Amino acid sequence: MTAIAPGTTPTSSPRSSAARARLLRSLLPALSLALVLIAIAWLNPRAISYFGFSLMLNLAIPIALATIAQMFVISGNELDLSIGTFVGFVGCVTATWLKDAPLLGVIVLIGAIGVYALLGALIHLRNLPSIVVTLGMSFVWQGLAILVLPKPGGKAPDWLLALMSFKPPFIPFPIIAALVIAAVVHFGLMRTSYGVILRGSGGNPAALRRAGWSLLRTKIVLFALTGLFGVLSGMALIGITTSADANIGNGYTLLAIAGVILGGGEFVGGRVSPIGAVLGALTLALAASPLLTFMHIPPDWQVAANGAILIIVLAARVLISRRER
Amino acid sequence: MTFVKSLAAKPWIWSFLGALLVWLATISFTGGYGGGGMVTAALSLAVFTVIVGVGQMFVITLGPGNVDLSLPANIGLASAVAMKVMDGSDSMIVVGLLAALACGAAIGAVNYLLIWALRIPPIIATLSASFIIQSIDISYGRGLQIKPPPGFADFANWQILGIPVLAILTVLFTIGAAIALQRMIYGRSVLAIGQNIRAAWLAGVNVGRTRFLTYTLSGVLGGIDGALLAGYFRGANVDIGNEYLLASIAVVVIGGTSVAGGKANVPGVWGAALFLVLLLTMLNTFGVSAGVRLLLTGLIIVGVITVAGGEKASR
Amino acid sequence: MLKANTDIIRLNGAEKHFGAVRALNGVDFHVVSGECVGLVGHNGAGKSTLMHMVAGTLRPDGGQIVVRGNAEIDYSVARALKLGIRCVFQELSLCPNLSIAENTRINHPALTGLGWRRKAANLIAAKLEEIFPHHGISADDIAGDLSIGRRQMVEVARAFTVTRDPLDLVILDEPTSSLDAHTAGQLLAFVRRFVAAGGSCILISHVLGEVLQNADRIVVMRDGKVVATDAAKAFDRDRLVATMGGAEAREKIAAEIAAARPADSPIRVRARPARQEDGRELVARAGEIIGLAGLAGHGQTDLLLAIFAAATRRKTGIEVAAPVALVAGDRQSDGIFPQWSIAENIGIRSLARLRNGLLISPQREAELAEFWKQKIGIRTPDMTNNIFSLSGGNQQKALFARALGSDAEIVLMDDPMRGVDIGTKLEVYDLVREEAAKGRTFLWYTTETEELDNCDHVHVFKNGRIVANLTRDELTEEKIIQSSFGDAA
Repeated sequence: MTAIAPGTTPTSSPRSSAARARLLRSLLPALSLALVLIAIAWLNPRAISYFGFSLMLNLAIPIALATIAQMFVISGNELDLSIGTFVGFVGCVTATWLKDAPLLGVIVLIGAIGVYALLGALIHLRNLPSIVVTLGMSFVWQGLAILVLPKPGGKAPDWLLALMSFKPPFIPFPIIAALVIAAVVHFGLMRTSYGVILRGSGGNPAALRRAGWSLLRTKIVLFALTGLFGVLSGMALIGITTSADANIGNGYTLLAIAGVILGGGEFVGGRVSPIGAVLGALTLALAASPLLTFMHIPPDWQVAANGAILIIVLAARVLISRRER
Repeated sequence: MTFVKSLAAKPWIWSFLGALLVWLATISFTGGYGGGGMVTAALSLAVFTVIVGVGQMFVITLGPGNVDLSLPANIGLASAVAMKVMDGSDSMIVVGLLAALACGAAIGAVNYLLIWALRIPPIIATLSASFIIQSIDISYGRGLQIKPPPGFADFANWQILGIPVLAILTVLFTIGAAIALQRMIYGRSVLAIGQNIRAAWLAGVNVGRTRFLTYTLSGVLGGIDGALLAGYFRGANVDIGNEYLLASIAVVVIGGTSVAGGKANVPGVWGAALFLVLLLTMLNTFGVSAGVRLLLTGLIIVGVITVAGGEKASR
Repeated sequence: MLKANTDIIRLNGAEKHFGAVRALNGVDFHVVSGECVGLVGHNGAGKSTLMHMVAGTLRPDGGQIVVRGNAEIDYSVARALKLGIRCVFQELSLCPNLSIAENTRINHPALTGLGWRRKAANLIAAKLEEIFPHHGISADDIAGDLSIGRRQMVEVARAFTVTRDPLDLVILDEPTSSLDAHTAGQLLAFVRRFVAAGGSCILISHVLGEVLQNADRIVVMRDGKVVATDAAKAFDRDRLVATMGGAEAREKIAAEIAAARPADSPIRVRARPARQEDGRELVARAGEIIGLAGLAGHGQTDLLLAIFAAATRRKTGIEVAAPVALVAGDRQSDGIFPQWSIAENIGIRSLARLRNGLLISPQREAELAEFWKQKIGIRTPDMTNNIFSLSGGNQQKALFARALGSDAEIVLMDDPMRGVDIGTKLEVYDLVREEAAKGRTFLWYTTETEELDNCDHVHVFKNGRIVANLTRDELTEEKIIQSSFGDAA
């Protein structure tokens, strides 16, 4: 943008600075992940190894999947406060019915995705605030989870255990899985022609309607995708923990929101990034326990660390936008 | 007839009707036994939901996206602070209450500071704050099982003719809140901001101060609630506030306050709180499991918001 | 050209109501192929509502829509697009989070499958090049990063891209409002080429010269009705202005204002736009009415908002010496509190004075409302009715009552007569001049050139800067348009 074509409005400088700010903001997730990694390497160099990463990123896959699930609703300007208990419900189904009666288990899980799709339709048709609806649903899922599995227990299906304990050469499985998740979702949401419509529904719904698209359909698709990735997250979680508990996913609601925001997503406007969301989830997974143990921070303060990281990254984002303005 | 009609037009009447129905269902199940005691117990428990519910109501009335997710953590920390300051001594009750109040006010102020300084949605601001408060509470209240001073515990459980004194005080407080909402500049400002924040600013409403006051008020009410809960249950613990996240939002919604903002309803908070408490009592009386109880609570909230959501769409 | 004289679309007796507001009142309208129809009328005459019906985004409450001789029963946007009818809306319809190529994809369901991104990028780039040579926009740019002018260029170009659906009629609703003179010229030249090749076009513009020069036929609307339709050659500027209405008042106003010259009163506002590079600034004294003119969106509203903010918080470059109130033009987004009564909507700016002790006195609030009901003529049986029970013009009167009933000595008006009928306008003009004579200061941004007759001074804005300062004696429409489009900086 060095030469301004004659006759056009001479306003290319705000554009390039806006683009620069956007680039900087999109680098932020990778930067915060790098910082956490450097901190770990500095505190305990031995952690940077095949075994160390396998251990530290143990829970990264379910967190990344839950974050992606949350990202889909956020790209449609909604929020899901029930994803945590939903992951717990899926976990309970996985550890019981999916092992003992696979057909029933599959039907129930597909039905759960269907419930998500219906919620999307309900929220759109009745113009409901998704926060309240999903807050209510969080109780529904938790109640169902307790009904399915009243006491902690159950066992993951063998094929799932085998999958989650897969040990590929050189690169630990969680890293490969994160790469695959990020690549698949990035392609689906950012590169396909219907992905454009889904993101557009968050960016300017009125324009989409005027172009003849159904906003009911975009909302249903986004919620169904959230349900799908919630199911994947719950199954992955049980594949790692081997047994379930009705409260196992409760912390995921907040982790998932934090992951999307850390990854450069915004609550409104359809501005989300699947790659950023996965990076954000990895950052949170790393920061959640190992880093703090290395830093001799008592476990009491581990929850606070998540809050603090969130606040620091958001503050950095504000600083960037301010300077570029 | 016109009286019935005008009553039916009040959105809060439905929550009281619901509470009445649930109560009737329960005493018909028990054959009329324990009806009065149930009301007393319901009033005692509803008080705690009403106090935080009113705080949440003012916050939600500020408009879409405004919600205080830090209330449970706030209640937990304030209850610990109050018990520690009172230290089991009757002479320190007032100081302890003031400490809980100050703790809540500080949390509310920090919430708004995050919203304002980082320009982030209130959900994420109060969420990150609650992470940190939770850790402070865990660290501060470790191994803390200090009992409240006997005088304070007696006060929190004091009844006159079967009516809890706390409930009477809370009714007075809610009347005050209703007057503030309709007849004071602060309340009008909250309502104006909730309907249209930009129009409110252009009409000369002090938007920043009103939002700051509202978040601080919510924090203060959370703090007081924490202290009273610790007195009523004779002890503080980290999880004491957990159920008040959903409960505070649920009573606001069921009570007829618009989630889209700008329209609040104080009596409805009482009706909805009684409804929820009696509903739990009923399900316990029927002997249903915890799973069914959670399931039904969730479905009722989704059902109520689905029915109530329609009027907003007309705008 | 053989298709000439066949209707593309015809509306018979179209009607539309919004609550108590009657936006369209039995309108007949048609477009034949190979013609450019110019549509003119004051703000609120019903042009945009009519166009929303042609585009399928609004359903008429009454009347019939006929496309190429077939009555359309279930007419919708999707149907309109299939039939080759498209619209470039006045409100921008790009998704700010998507790239230009992705925004193009939104309008073309056929752009799918492998390589759709490249196809979309080539499609929009070629059309931009055809309409606006040397445009300097890349298909990968994110829409939100572009200037408003460039976004408008993209939107216009996008409307002319073709994939699967045909393209017969394009509605251009104020397509040049954010373009400079050069790009506006490029666009209008393209429209003429398009029409010459057999396409049809509806052109809505405030710049009457654009319509007179480019349209084949002109339709004039006023208060929700079509009041004239004739070949463009049969119109000249004076006849257009006269048909649009409101001219009767001009002589009366001019005479009244000439009589009342404000003396050397104290300065109330002194403000320099943030992007002003020379020493020009806006100075307003007690009793003055200052006009802010120029094309829409060129910094007038920004300056008003900056002055409003400066009244409560210090701001560099702006001095404000008295309380300020603002009358919004976009009532829905900037003015009305939809849940409240008319009285509450009026009282909100004066709450501190309505108090009795700590509490707001309902009686005083009712008195204030009743006083202004009489004074400004709000037509309602009861001021405690909801604000939406009023017609658009009366809602606007309530907003005026809110500002004038307050303690504000400075009143900012942000194009407040948008969508208001001519009768209401004349009543409010009188009131504004009366209040100015009592010493109040008015800063009046308007897109209706006639309204500037009420002003003592007019500042013309372009690209966020004041480019001309005209006294009433120097004021002509030509001069304003010249400054708005000129390259003076």
